[in-house]
Amino acid sequence: MERSVSPKAISLGEIPWWSWLVLVLLLVVLFLALSASGDLLAPLIGKAAYATDYLHEFTHDGRHLLAIPCH
Amino acid sequence: MFATFLHRGMAAGLLAGLLCGFFAFFLGEPVVDGAIQVEEATAADHQMEASANHGHEEIFSRSTQKVGLLFATSLFGVTVGGIFGMVYAYFRSRLLSNSEWSRSLSLTSAAFFGVFLIPFLKYPANPPGVGSPETIGSRTTEYFAMVTLSLVVVVSTWYVARELRARGMSTPVRQLVVALGSVVVIGVLYSALPAGPDPGEFPAGLLWDFRLSSLGTQVIFWAGLGVIFGFLNERYARKAST
Ligand SMILES: [Zn+2]
Repeated sequence: MERSVSPKAISLGEIPWWSWLVLVLLLVVLFLALSASGDLLAPLIGKAAYATDYLHEFTHDGRHLLAIPCH
Repeated sequence: MFATFLHRGMAAGLLAGLLCGFFAFFLGEPVVDGAIQVEEATAADHQMEASANHGHEEIFSRSTQKVGLLFATSLFGVTVGGIFGMVYAYFRSRLLSNSEWSRSLSLTSAAFFGVFLIPFLKYPANPPGVGSPETIGSRTTEYFAMVTLSLVVVVSTWYVARELRARGMSTPVRQLVVALGSVVVIGVLYSALPAGPDPGEFPAGLLWDFRLSSLGTQVIFWAGLGVIFGFLNERYARKAST
């Protein structure tokens, strides 16, 4: 019933602290799931990067079809 | 309130991710299979490169990767939906639209342009077989730089439009100024960033079909997110007011 009234504005300082944490976490998950691969990360973190290849290959078709660079 | 919109965003994103996953499964997968055939035929022609290019595809079978497609789009949906929900919580009061439904649709349209469409027109989706594996690092960086810059363009366009409205500029002039300004900025971005990979001899028809199915997948995701998220919010808003 009050839907035409705009909700109260939130200033940047009023954003709860944990939402920044959640934002970073979600971005990391998004990156690991959709873009990380051995070939991409090996120059940065060495051979350990190849462990991400399992997830990379599992999500392979999704990455291509979501238009994210793959290989 | 941030927690509420985060949860609803994740739920709506999961459903939208599944929805676009099914679209990609039925319409995109045949094209991916076709592209992989072309890739393998090309690799067989150049025996030297065959071993280098081929290792990529062998950890999982093609049918496992097709299940992985649904996993990937769902995970994309949950995470992007969650981020969208929190952004919505912040921008909700600042949007002109006056119902949860139209706010949700206008914010998903803006996000579709910033996250997907503007970067896609510069760096369109590529099927397996286009682009050499050695350049994956720079291509990934360029793509995400383009996504970030497009988001900056979308947010600044919105901000400038709001400022000009506040100063009482007439609607036709304001809309022309804002539209021309953002087109010029996007044009500059497109010419400043390095070009995408050259598809070489990859069949043009197959490439077009692939890009079309990729575009369809993303359109369905963002439309689905806007509709489901808007619907969830409307339902709770109505419950709260009765
Ligand atoms: Zn690939």
